[in-house]
Amino acid sequence: MSEDRFRAAVAAGVAGSEESYAELLRSIVQVARAIFSAKGSSIWLLDEQADELVVEAVAREEDRGLLGMRMPSGQGIAGWVLTTRQPIVIEDVQSDPRHAKDVAERTGYVPKGLMAVPVLHEERALGVLQVLDRQTTFSLGEMDLLGMFANQAAIALDLLVRARTAKSVLEGADADVAAAARLAAALDGLEGKRRDSALALMQALEDLLK
Amino acid sequence: MGEAEREPIPAWSLPADAVDSIALPGRWPERVTREWAFGDSQGEGVAVCILDSGIERGHPLVGEVDRAVAIEVGEDDETVVTEDEEGDLCGHGTACAGIVRALAPNSSLVSVRVLGAGYTGSGPVLLAGLRWAIEQGFDVINMSLSTTKQQFAGLLHELADSAYFKRTVLVASAHNMPVESYPWRFSSVISVGSHEGADPFAYYYNPEPPVEFFARGVGIDVAWLDGGELRVTGNSFATPHISGICALILGAHPELTAFQLKNVLYLTATNVGGLDE
Repeated sequence: MSEDRFRAAVAAGVAGSEESYAELLRSIVQVARAIFSAKGSSIWLLDEQADELVVEAVAREEDRGLLGMRMPSGQGIAGWVLTTRQPIVIEDVQSDPRHAKDVAERTGYVPKGLMAVPVLHEERALGVLQVLDRQTTFSLGEMDLLGMFANQAAIALDLLVRARTAKSVLEGADADVAAAARLAAALDGLEGKRRDSALALMQALEDLLK
Repeated sequence: MGEAEREPIPAWSLPADAVDSIALPGRWPERVTREWAFGDSQGEGVAVCILDSGIERGHPLVGEVDRAVAIEVGEDDETVVTEDEEGDLCGHGTACAGIVRALAPNSSLVSVRVLGAGYTGSGPVLLAGLRWAIEQGFDVINMSLSTTKQQFAGLLHELADSAYFKRTVLVASAHNMPVESYPWRFSSVISVGSHEGADPFAYYYNPEPPVEFFARGVGIDVAWLDGGELRVTGNSFATPHISGICALILGAHPELTAFQLKNVLYLTATNVGGLDE
């Protein structure tokens, strides 16, 4: 991870904001659902380590059971959207028997229509935003609108991932980075001459590592 | 040295006595019309490669697929090309193949599946698939996909340029999201966005690039998995419309270079000269 991202991650974690970002994501899918008068909306986050997509936010309270659901990152419509970075709108998902069966088994609900757009932040694909069963008539303007929501979701998702990284660092899950965090904490607790000496030592270490 | 034994003309200069040797195979008409450009062409003899999620075998709207390969990540993270037994992992590749088939019924279709290796393998797999397709010398490569990874942009650009000079035309979906993505932004490819019209033969030149052409991309009934059909929307479906039209043009004029083909597309675009015949 670059220094900037690491700093931002730690800062985000210090603010203890993971829950706030999750709430922001939820709010984004809720607004997306309202704007498109849709039955549902969800955000799937890419778990790069497992190479899977995970349901990270849902608009409807009754869909909360889907949170944490996983699927392979390179398959199905969401996998295609993620890998190709291309948005897609499907009007009659039920005519796709394989997809419909798959979705029904997972969620118990097969949408009729589906809009899916990649969630992109800088050069990374972070996940997929879906809107299910919208009531509005489709126009290309709607596609742009969906893209704008995806952009907003990308910022929130990026912050959420950083917050989680920071949290795992603070909880010591990442041993290497945790050592640096402990050093920072120890330095913070020093005063006077000892602090000056420690700072000089850190400066020397930093020069060495450059 | 006799006329027949003469060396090919040097690539970077044209001596006065060699001018005749680069005469075009056929005369261009004073006015390029759709009648001249593709007339009753069915895309005969044109190989169109669908670089996508695979193509379902035996789909009634797609018909015969000449060859299907899959790009996979093998041991040591090397990409390997294998014969594809899986078919289509999403439905999208089948949809694109069906669109090309509908427009250019006699063209031959080849599937290169670049989906299935998971997200992490997708960049190298995409590059390997494109490289393989260019090496095969297909006439048209349909790329309803893009990457945002900077590390692949340079290689993709080189591949796109090499295709351009080898008479392989890359037709790539434009991306209307606020990020940089490739290869559609390269001038050596034909980039395609959507219009809302229902005519598969309506295509427009965009005088404000980087997106160069707009084709039908909204509310299209396409081939999908298990012999089925779906109604779909997206630039990724506009792209095979232009691929199909390129196949028609190349069926009528197989000698065209990528540059000439793009010119013919421009001259016959609905907003240029396409309706005015």
